[in-house]
Amino acid sequence: MRQVDGWLVGTARGVQRYAVLGGRALRFTFARPFYARDTVIQMDKIGFGSLPIVTLTGLFTGMVLALQSSVELSRFGADVFIGNLVGASMIRELGPVLASLMVASRAGSGIAAEIGSMRVTEQIDALRSFGTDPIKKLVTPRILAALIVMPMLAVVCDAVGIFGGMLVAVFSLGVPADAYLRGVWSTLAESGFVLFVIPLDFVGGLLKPFVFGGIIALTGCYYGLATTGGTEGVGRSTTQAVVTASVLILAVDYFLTQALLAVLPPVG
Amino acid sequence: MVTREEHVRAIRDELEEGGGDASGRPEEVIRLEDVSLTFERPVLEGVSLYANRGETLLVVGESGTGKSTILKLILRQLLPDEGHIYVFGREITDLSFDEALDMRRRIGMVFQHAALFDSMSVFENVAYPLRENTDFDEHRIVETVRERLAFVDLDPDQVMRQLPSELSGGMRKRVGIARAIATDPELVLYDEPTSGLDPLTVGTINTLIRKLQRELGVTSILVSHDIRAGFRVASRVNLLRDGKIAFRGTPEEMVAADESYINEFLS
Repeated sequence: MRQVDGWLVGTARGVQRYAVLGGRALRFTFARPFYARDTVIQMDKIGFGSLPIVTLTGLFTGMVLALQSSVELSRFGADVFIGNLVGASMIRELGPVLASLMVASRAGSGIAAEIGSMRVTEQIDALRSFGTDPIKKLVTPRILAALIVMPMLAVVCDAVGIFGGMLVAVFSLGVPADAYLRGVWSTLAESGFVLFVIPLDFVGGLLKPFVFGGIIALTGCYYGLATTGGTEGVGRSTTQAVVTASVLILAVDYFLTQALLAVLPPVG
Repeated sequence: MVTREEHVRAIRDELEEGGGDASGRPEEVIRLEDVSLTFERPVLEGVSLYANRGETLLVVGESGTGKSTILKLILRQLLPDEGHIYVFGREITDLSFDEALDMRRRIGMVFQHAALFDSMSVFENVAYPLRENTDFDEHRIVETVRERLAFVDLDPDQVMRQLPSELSGGMRKRVGIARAIATDPELVLYDEPTSGLDPLTVGTINTLIRKLQRELGVTSILVSHDIRAGFRVASRVNLLRDGKIAFRGTPEEMVAADESYINEFLS
């Protein structure tokens, strides 16, 4: 009982520290000095650096999705609807979630390892000794960068996934490319539009990676700053950052989907 | 049995001897009064010390006796459970977060393992405090960085573009000192500046510490377990034992002291 009690108190304290860190980091977005250069460097690291892995993930996910769904659809002679299925799946769920999971494992772990090793080698103390707030210098730029680049990466993942699905549809299943693309568009159009031109699904598909980006960077920074115990501690923080960010992404995805369905219900 | 009030008064009287005022006595830069701090066990118990402007104070003791904790308290990275800490004449325990950052800008810190920023070149490391705490233009920053690197006997043209990982231990320490003095701090704190270095490099670092005091009039607090190296630069010594001050005086007085623990420590 005492162990459960201790675990609960520890978890509650952790959640509180996590929230306080996130709050302070966002507050510093509007406080001088602005570390714009650091933000751009992080955008390059998180965004451009994750591009290959996100592209490959999107491509193969779209391809396997088309292949798997063709088995069921061809039974009813509905191969032509592969575009609808791949488009909806990639934009609503798979693009944002898989891109975010990949970035969590690549960039989230990198953030935790970098800040963790700065912590154990006294570089964070050195920052403080120069009158620099480590949260402003290290956490805020990483969160801002992830908030900006994550939706872009999700769009890339969506686009490449839809393209991958089209490759399979056209070359393996003999579905015409224009029929496939019409299917993708009609699915998007069916969900309705925001401001008359932006498909509703696309809005959801951008909002999710925006939130997930914040989770990835904040979790990486949180575990990095909490690192103790030398190089072994850095390894432990890195693992914890990836596991926690991944679980949070999947859990928050469910609640975000529910919220989006309530706020922006599909038309018809 | 000495009461707590008598104990505090005795400390105050003792500290007054080194305190500064308009009567010509040296100005006090640091003062710790009856400072105690406990984590899982007591780290510091009733520690009092002071440092006057321009002097080098050595804090020695075995590993784990709370030496580095004193530096963290002075930087206000830790707060004491009891007691008062004055830096530049101001009590720092009640400073706000931003006031503490401002206070730290007047202090340079040399870390045990230099703590250079891995991702930055030597130039960027030394330029960092200048970019953060001054409004120098790029030309003046370059000039100041070159000057500071030359001060610590490094060739700016050779090392400025190098990464910390490409430097030897002694060079890293010297870059750490150059970075610590980049903004002309009034106080420099050294945390084990000579640990893990060969005797020749220890000599170089000691020469640098003396040079800083002599040429720039910097007040220094040197935390070390290397008493031989410390004696070469310090004007006064405080010996910590189990979180308490076991001896305070000049290096000569410490050598002459007839106490078994001190003799054991010196040997």
